[in-house]
Amino acid sequence: MVEKVLLRLEGVQTHIGRYHILHGVDLVVPEGELTVLLGRNGAGKTTTLRTIMGLWRASAGRIVFDGADITRMATPDIARLGIAYVPEAMGIFTGLSVRENLVLATATGRFDAALLDGVFALFPVLKVKWNDAAGGLSGGQKQMLAISRAMVERRRLMIVDEPTKGLAPAVIEHLIGGFRTLKESRTTVLLVEQNFHMARSLGDGVAVMDDGRVVHAGGMVELAGDEALQGRLLGLSLAAHQ
Amino acid sequence: MKARRDVTAWVLLPVVALAMLPLMSFSTWVTLTIAGAAMGMMLFLMASGLTLVFGLMDVMNFAHGAFITLGAYLAVSVLGRMAGWGGSESLWLNLAALGVAVTVGAVVTGAVGAVFERMIVRRVYGSHLQQILITMGGLIVAGQLVVVVWGAQPLQVAKPALLRGSFLVGGAAIESYRLVAVALGLVVFGVAHAVLNRTRIGLLVRAGVENREMVEALGFRIERLFVGVFVAGAALAGVGGVMWGGYQEIVTATIGDEMTVLIFIVIIIGGLGSVTGCFQAAVLVGLTTNYVGYLTPKLALGSNIALMVLVLLWRPRGLFPVAKP
Repeated sequence: MVEKVLLRLEGVQTHIGRYHILHGVDLVVPEGELTVLLGRNGAGKTTTLRTIMGLWRASAGRIVFDGADITRMATPDIARLGIAYVPEAMGIFTGLSVRENLVLATATGRFDAALLDGVFALFPVLKVKWNDAAGGLSGGQKQMLAISRAMVERRRLMIVDEPTKGLAPAVIEHLIGGFRTLKESRTTVLLVEQNFHMARSLGDGVAVMDDGRVVHAGGMVELAGDEALQGRLLGLSLAAHQ
Repeated sequence: MKARRDVTAWVLLPVVALAMLPLMSFSTWVTLTIAGAAMGMMLFLMASGLTLVFGLMDVMNFAHGAFITLGAYLAVSVLGRMAGWGGSESLWLNLAALGVAVTVGAVVTGAVGAVFERMIVRRVYGSHLQQILITMGGLIVAGQLVVVVWGAQPLQVAKPALLRGSFLVGGAAIESYRLVAVALGLVVFGVAHAVLNRTRIGLLVRAGVENREMVEALGFRIERLFVGVFVAGAALAGVGGVMWGGYQEIVTATIGDEMTVLIFIVIIIGGLGSVTGCFQAAVLVGLTTNYVGYLTPKLALGSNIALMVLVLLWRPRGLFPVAKP
C-alpha cells in the first residue's frame, strides 16, 4: 500500500535571532500514522514543531501540508487547515475554565457531542472539573486538557510537544491510553517525546534529530529492535529512559 | 487558596470605606464615598481600555490621554449645541443631552482610535521603547490638533442644568452628576464583564491576554481582536473624557494628560490586563483621593502613589494578576 504523505518538510532551516537552529530538516509524516520525533535536548525538535506552525519562520526550505505549501502562511491560517498544536508548556489558559478552554478550540463555538463524549470517556476528570479554573488543575490534568483541546474538533494533524514531561508514571500510562484511542481514529500525529517507553509503544514511524537535522528516519519497530542503532542515535539518553 | 485571595481583593473596597467611617461624621462619609465612587467610575471608564491594550498586545500607549482630552472637548461641543435640552426643566431631556454627548464621544474617539492604531501603534509592536517614544509624540501632536480645532483658551462645558446641583439625603449633600457617573460606570462595567465572560470574543480577549501565541495556534487572528479592543478602549476613554469634562466643567488641552499618571496607577494596582482589577482599583483610588483630601489635604498629592506602593507590597502584580506563561 502506498502511504499518503500528509506533512513533508524539505530542507527546512530556521534562525532564531542570530542563532542557526535548524540546518535543513527533512521529515515525512504519513497520513493516519503516529510519527515520533526523538532526539536529545537542543536537537531542534521543538523548533521544528514551532516552524511547522509558523511560530518561527523558516529561512530556507519548504513545508508542505496535504499538497499545499504552508511555509509562509500565518499561524492562524495554518491552524485552520486542521492542524492542532499542543506546545510543551501546554498553552492552557489558566484564567479560563475547563469548558472555556475547550470551547475556544472548537471551530464554531459549539461542541460536537460525539467528540466531547470521547474526550470525557478518555479523561473523565475533565467532566468533573468542567467549570473550574484550568489554573487549579494538576500537571497531568492540564496535559489532558491540552490534548483534549486538540480532540474536540476533527483535525487532520496533531502536533504534540513532550506531553509526558514532568508527569508521574501512572499519568503517563493514562496519556498513552489516550493516544492509542487517537490512533484508532486514524488521526495523524507528530509527537515529540523523550520517554522512549511511550515513544515505542505508540510510534509507527520515527525520526531522530541531532544538531538541527533529521539523522535517521524509519519504522519504530526497526529502531526498537536494534539496540546498536539506538545506542548510536540516542546514546545514553535512551538507556536512561528504558 | 487562590479563591480565598480573590475574596480578599473583593472585600478591600468595603473594608477601606467602612474603616473611614469613625474618622468623620456619617453625612460627610456618605458625601465623600459617593464622590469617591463617582471619580472611581470615571477613572474606570478612562483606564479600562488601556489595561486590555497592554494586557493583550503588550503595547504601552502613552497617548491614551489624548482620547480623554478629545472626549472632554466633544462634551464642550455637543452639550454647547444641545443647550435647549440641557437647559430644559425635564430631567429626561437633560439626561438625553448627556447621553448624546457620551454617544458622540464614544463614536468619534473610537474612530480616531482606529486611525491611530493603523497609522502609529501597528508599526511598533514588540518594542516598548518605540511605543513610548511614538505614542508620546502622538500625544503632543494630538494636543496641538485640539488647540487648532478648539483654540488654546479653556472652555466651559454646558453641563445640563438639572445635573449641576446637589440634593440632601439625611444631611449628606449628594451631587446629582456624580450619581449619573456612578450609574454609567456600573453599567459599562456590567456590560464589559458580560462581554468578557459570556461571549466568544470576550473569551478570546481573556485567553489572548494570557497567551497570545496559543490563541493564534488555535486559529484566531489576534491582530483583528486587538484592533477591536483598541477601538473599544479608545471609545471608553472618550466616554470617560466626556464625563470627566462635565465633572470638571472647565476643559483645557491638557485635561487628558493630567489623568495619565493616575490612570497608569489604576491599571498597575488592578493588575495589568484585568478589567475587574481595573474597576476595583479605580474605585479604590477615587475613594482614597476623596478621604485623604478631606482628612489630611496636604497628603492628597502623594496618596495615590502611596496606595500603589502599599498594594504592590501586598500583591506585587496587582489586585487581580493575570497569569502569563
